[in-house]
Amino acid sequence: MVRPQSASRAVQALLIVALLALLGLLVATTRAHLEERGIRSGFDFLFEPAGFSLGESVLPFDAGDTTLRAFVAGLLNTLRVALPGAALALGLGILLGFGRLADNPLVRGLAGTAVNAIRNVPLLLHLLAWYFILTDLLPAADAPLQLAPGVFLSKSGLALPWWGDNGFEIPELAGFGIDGGASLTPEYLALLFGLTIYGAAYIAETLRGAVLALPEGQRTAALALGMTPRQTFLLVLLPQAWRAALPPTTSQLLNLFKNSSLAVAIGYPDLMAVAGTSLNQSGRAIECLSIVVAVYLLLSLLGAAVSHRLEKRSLRGEPA
Amino acid sequence: MPFKLRGIGLIFPFAMSRFSALRRRLAGALSLSILSALGGLATPAFAGKTIDAIKAKGQLACGVSTGVIGFSAADSQGQWKGLDVDVCKAIAAAVLGDARKVRWVPLSSQQRFTALQSGEVDILSRNTTWSLTRDAGQGLHFAAVTYYDGQGFLVAKKTKVNSAKQLKNAEVCVQSGTTTEKNLADYARAQGIKVKPVVFDKFEPSIKAFFSGRCQAYTTDASALAFIRAKEAPNPDDYLILPEIISKEPLGPAVRRGDDEWFAIVKWTVNALIEAEELGITQAKVDSLKSSADPAVQRFLGVGEDLGKNLGLDRDWAARAVKAVGNYGEIFNRNVGPDSPLKLPRGLNAQWNKGGILYALPLR
Repeated sequence: MVRPQSASRAVQALLIVALLALLGLLVATTRAHLEERGIRSGFDFLFEPAGFSLGESVLPFDAGDTTLRAFVAGLLNTLRVALPGAALALGLGILLGFGRLADNPLVRGLAGTAVNAIRNVPLLLHLLAWYFILTDLLPAADAPLQLAPGVFLSKSGLALPWWGDNGFEIPELAGFGIDGGASLTPEYLALLFGLTIYGAAYIAETLRGAVLALPEGQRTAALALGMTPRQTFLLVLLPQAWRAALPPTTSQLLNLFKNSSLAVAIGYPDLMAVAGTSLNQSGRAIECLSIVVAVYLLLSLLGAAVSHRLEKRSLRGEPA
Repeated sequence: MPFKLRGIGLIFPFAMSRFSALRRRLAGALSLSILSALGGLATPAFAGKTIDAIKAKGQLACGVSTGVIGFSAADSQGQWKGLDVDVCKAIAAAVLGDARKVRWVPLSSQQRFTALQSGEVDILSRNTTWSLTRDAGQGLHFAAVTYYDGQGFLVAKKTKVNSAKQLKNAEVCVQSGTTTEKNLADYARAQGIKVKPVVFDKFEPSIKAFFSGRCQAYTTDASALAFIRAKEAPNPDDYLILPEIISKEPLGPAVRRGDDEWFAIVKWTVNALIEAEELGITQAKVDSLKSSADPAVQRFLGVGEDLGKNLGLDRDWAARAVKAVGNYGEIFNRNVGPDSPLKLPRGLNAQWNKGGILYALPLR
């Protein structure tokens, strides 16, 4: 259906105005109702002391700091697991995807089994299972496994030499466990691992589907030209499959980012966990949840925009 | 590829598809759903007096926990049991004449206040601490204290810790969603020690992590610690509840603000249960005591003087409440005391004249 450009613009403008008006009405009604029922509302609590502390945080955080800082620390904790998770999932996903397309039946079978076993179990179960396997198997914090000088593995996590409050620190046994350096907790490790393999299984399937969707002629033509199977795959099939695989792969990576909000199930203090605790302390349910919604929405939109860019670039030169 | 609805594309780039008809339909559905949500908001979830609505429905909507043994938990037959549960039953008996006319609404700690504020439940009887912020700032009124609790610590004996002051640099497993995390941070700051909380949103993972040795201590209300040690520990003797109680946790039922009649009914029903123990009125004796010569007992049972009319109830309201669930002492013993798996001592929850701080306001 073709409409004159200006009419369609007018419709769009009206629709946007109507949406904004509805949103305004929603906010106003909610505020009026909260007031009527004597429920305090507003975002002032963000600037009051949080009153709770975080088990781990990239940003130095103390119970006396503001709730706003707690939210920022939570967001950084989310990114700390989501960004490496996305990179690892992409890498592992590509490997598994190749594995599923391999000529070697053993590799194909193993990759297929792994993908199906991983993606047919709910993510929450993955996280809980990996977490409890990890905490059950690891030695107690006061009797850690020393992997290398200054590198300890225990129920408290993986302790590594790192810069701390007193300059470069080498972890050592003290008190209840290991003190000094940096530590990757079992919560972080289990979350990172769970998100990575879960994301990778889906990305592998996306890639496989994209390669299989290419016309058979592409492969036979390349082979007929004397290219090796490896060259055929890397130089002919993959560049074409990549285009088709890009949008769904981006969605998988964005899913991984959003799925990281399951962190609180296994005790990792991500954005959602901080919001839950703040909600309980302050009672500002709508405010806390809208912050979380806004952050996830904004970052996901940013990711989608980047992906859209890439997509456009990969389509350049292609007949429309 | 040209996009016709550029404006929409700006707001929802992820919604950009090649199928503009689908896109338009989506936009339509979105505005419709917002409209219907607004329609729902425009009419308040509750109207008029709570007590009238309860009588009209013939049912009390009682917000309980998703499972805290001794306070509110469903048994293997799906029957709700516990101290908080009995409070709701007593109120249903007083108001509706039947302790079974209760609709149980299990609520997570995040949901509980919203459920009460929005009118989904008439009363929140869910091991909830009475604090200033909650009482004054969240649109609710706490009506009475039904259990004086306090936060404590559980540790493994092999850590050789016998005081909370020794928990320097310890990792402490916590379940999120109560005042627990704040109390822990407060205590650590007051003692000048650092503790690392490991916060879980569900009860089971939090205690499983503790018993697997992930944390050196577990913290929650002392009443729950006793249960966790007795029922969840692989071997209870390997674990110790530390002597320090680091916070005051008066637990009790709360109602919505703005309905004084309903607030009074909840407040006085709880007081009646406590007063009944002091007067020696038990579930078994409530009928026979109607012939008692004691004026306080007579007043309580509605013989002669009618206290119920002050609350908009009949004269037998208090007698019915006690007949349904027993007096406070009986409720305590059955759910959390010697006749229960928790075996908690009365402690602060004994009557004021028996060494505790339980003090019913006079029913007269």
